[in-house]
Amino acid sequence: MFTIVRREELAGGTVILNEIEAPQIAKKARPGQFVILKANEDGERIPLTMAETDPDKGTITIIYMVVGKSTALFRDLQVGDGYQDVIGPLGKATHLEKVGKVVCVGGGTGVAVLHPITRALKEIGNDVTCIIGARTKDLLILEEQMKNASHDLRICTDDGSYGHHGFVTDVLKEVLNQGDIKQVVAIGPVPMMKAVSALTKQYEVPTLVSLNPIMVDGTGMCGGCRVTVGGATKFACVDGPEFDGHQVDYDELIMRLRAYQEDEKKCHEEYCTIRDAR
Amino acid sequence: MADKAEKRISRIPMPEQDPKVRARNFLEVPTGYTVKMAQEEAARCLQCKKPGCVEGCPVGVDIPGFIDLISRGDFTGAIRNLWSKNALPAVCGRVCPQEIQCEGRCIVGKKGEPVAIGNLERFCADYEREHGTGALPPKQSPTGKKVAVIGSGPSGLTVAGDLIVKGHDVTIFEAFHKAGGVLIYGIPEFRLPKAIVAQEVNFLERLGVKIECNAVVGRTVSLDELFEQGYDAIYVGVGAGLPRFMNIPGENLVGILSANEYLTRANLMKAYKFPDVDTPIPHGKNVVVLGAGNVAMDAARTAMRLGADSVKIVYRRSRDEMPARKAEIHHAEEEGIEMFLLTNPTRYLGNDKGRLTGMECLRMELGEPDESGRRRPVAVKGSEFTIDCDLCIVAVGSGANPLLTSETPDMKLNKWGYVITDEKTGKTTKKGVWAGGDIVTGAATVILAMGAGRQAADSMHDFLTLGW
Ligand SMILES: Cc1cc2nc3c(=O)[nH]c(=O)nc-3n(C[C@H](O)[C@H](O)[C@H](O)COP(=O)(O)OP(=O)(O)OC[C@H]3O[C@@H](n4cnc5c(N)ncnc54)[C@H](O)[C@@H]3O)c2cc1C
Ligand SMILES: Cc1cc2nc3c(=O)[nH]c(=O)nc-3n(C[C@H](O)[C@H](O)[C@H](O)COP(=O)(O)OP(=O)(O)OC[C@H]3O[C@@H](n4cnc5c(N)ncnc54)[C@H](O)[C@@H]3O)c2cc1C
Ligand code: SF4
Ligand code: FES
Repeated sequence: MFTIVRREELAGGTVILNEIEAPQIAKKARPGQFVILKANEDGERIPLTMAETDPDKGTITIIYMVVGKSTALFRDLQVGDGYQDVIGPLGKATHLEKVGKVVCVGGGTGVAVLHPITRALKEIGNDVTCIIGARTKDLLILEEQMKNASHDLRICTDDGSYGHHGFVTDVLKEVLNQGDIKQVVAIGPVPMMKAVSALTKQYEVPTLVSLNPIMVDGTGMCGGCRVTVGGATKFACVDGPEFDGHQVDYDELIMRLRAYQEDEKKCHEEYCTIRDAR
Repeated sequence: MADKAEKRISRIPMPEQDPKVRARNFLEVPTGYTVKMAQEEAARCLQCKKPGCVEGCPVGVDIPGFIDLISRGDFTGAIRNLWSKNALPAVCGRVCPQEIQCEGRCIVGKKGEPVAIGNLERFCADYEREHGTGALPPKQSPTGKKVAVIGSGPSGLTVAGDLIVKGHDVTIFEAFHKAGGVLIYGIPEFRLPKAIVAQEVNFLERLGVKIECNAVVGRTVSLDELFEQGYDAIYVGVGAGLPRFMNIPGENLVGILSANEYLTRANLMKAYKFPDVDTPIPHGKNVVVLGAGNVAMDAARTAMRLGADSVKIVYRRSRDEMPARKAEIHHAEEEGIEMFLLTNPTRYLGNDKGRLTGMECLRMELGEPDESGRRRPVAVKGSEFTIDCDLCIVAVGSGANPLLTSETPDMKLNKWGYVITDEKTGKTTKKGVWAGGDIVTGAATVILAMGAGRQAADSMHDFLTLGW
């Protein structure tokens, strides 16, 4: 069992942070890599990126949005409880390089994934601007951490309840117009990554995105996570999860993410009904 | 006398669930011999002096020996005899291609039907499981040597079993959260109940084998790190789990899955119990399975059990070339699966939601033999037609998964990515590392993977005790 040693609720309980004992993984993991977690015997295998690792303490931290039954089940786990299985580190680590001015763009829980990458980019000497967004102020996560991890933090909310009123792409455009941006990293909902990539393509700025297709094994065995990048089929779990944002077929990814939508919805509703009845 | 000759000709049929009933449940299809049936079948064996059956068995099971013990009612003796050559008789009795191995060489088969060696092997293992004492075989005294086995398929399990009784300290590292390899994630419950695999794994654990699941070697830990941690020798038995697709237009539409994904969801994740378990699986009304091997049959029969209205096998060659076991093809057809032979898909069709709606195919005819010796299918011009389907499972073979091997540059691979080993010993080009099973041969069989494991275990034992 992989014990939870810390649990926090972010964004009004819609986003959960778990710090988990997993010494072997903590020792090996690099920014950008993910783990697959399974809560119990009948649980689903769910991929989540490591937002933090502490090799000395032997822990990893995940931050996830509660979207369906499995993540709802994860939310119910308290400190002292554990995940039956944690598998990793999986995927390729982010390629980190000193290039000069970089912009990190995060949306929703994508900010959690972006955080270690941002910090590492700053540590190796880049000039880091960060743009993070959420639908509304209460859903914004890791503001303090992102502030520390970058030189300049900009915030947007869709409803204007905090920071810039509008999308991250509006602010990104301003920053790009100032020129000299060498690299953009964008992590968040697929439509956001699609929009960011479309914009940066106009400016010809290399853009890294982290894709989140549905996965089963995470080791290149099932092919479920396939995405089209530059016209070729790639397996996100072993070839990614990070790819050149200008090459990704986002529409296909969006469609593939909906594959189980109806099943999952039913399952989640049933679970919530049972849970509420308790 | 006439009576006895007659008995020899007719083999005791294996009792099976009714096709109509079983096509909708996940219970095992053959229900197993009774004691009486087993003894009657055993009596058909001629106890040949030079038994062809043994020559046909890749691990050389003493077939007349164990059959004789059955006919004498010594079932414990029979299982002991089997175990001395085959660590997984309950598995092999169910899934080995006996018709081309032992039974294919049985002398009784020359005139009538061969002795049902597979059914008898299964009987012994099941009898022991249900009635045995569960006593463990004796272990040699500890050697103080540590062995790591990567992958818990039949090959890795064999190595672990052999080396633990020889006194070594053995740990299996498995990427999945459950041990058993293809036996757990690939072969369905109705052909190989998972409880049986779990029992075999548990047997090894009782012998002292440690199993570390969730360990993706190459990611969680590397081979060199294992050596640093004090392992003296390593066996790589990671199988050939890289799904192959056909590279035809539309392949990433929703509703097209590799057999690996489909079967993993169904078997390992028990998705057929959804929503009682959390992992979903796509349900098709009209399902097409591409390919005609055992994997394709398993996928097709699973789709039928998950409630499809129709399931079609689409294969570009003819019935004679179908690689699946005859018995499995027969089982599939009995369950209502249709065969679209000499048919090759050329394109997937989808709707505006990106979901599969059908596939365009060409009729084929057989031309001259190709490199594989099989007659090459050639397209019939203008024969395009469409099959409507909402789920397609691709079972056209698998390749070598590079996850571990790409992180181990000093272990040589052939051009297809399989590990190169010494044929007799299973030694790889990396010092202290052996390999065997599907990652060396490409997708093959359970018994060959076990045979490779046994060979490597002998060589590893020599290395660990004598230093070579
Ligand atoms: C490499 C990788 C890293 C990820 N990192 C994080 C992370 O750090 N934090 C985080 O909150 N989420 C992350 N995700 C997404 C996360 O895995 C999904 O949100 C989760 O699987 C949903 O599971 P569920 O059972 O609760 O929801 P489900 O009931 O399975 O799904 C509800 C809905 O969510 C969508 N969905 C299902 N699976 C996925 C998926 N894999 N990715 C995106 N949407 C999905 C579907 O539209 C579905 O209808 C990551 C995904 C990948 C592949
Ligand atoms: C659906 C299906 C049906 C089949 N039917 C039959 C049949 O009827 N009869 C028959 O004889 N054969 C059959 N086969 C073939 C047979 O199952 C295989 O030949 C056999 O299992 C190969 O054994 P193996 O030990 O080499 O590898 P596998 O059984 O593939 O086991 C390899 C194990 O290694 C693990 N692994 C992989 N990479 C890593 C890593 N990096 N770190 C740690 N662990 C790792 C995998 O998760 C897996 O558990 C079938 C195969 C399939 C897929
Ligand atoms: S070849 Fe057939 S008859 Fe002869 S020993 Fe083997 S099983 Fe018995
Ligand atoms: S998750 Fe199975 S291949 Fe990537």
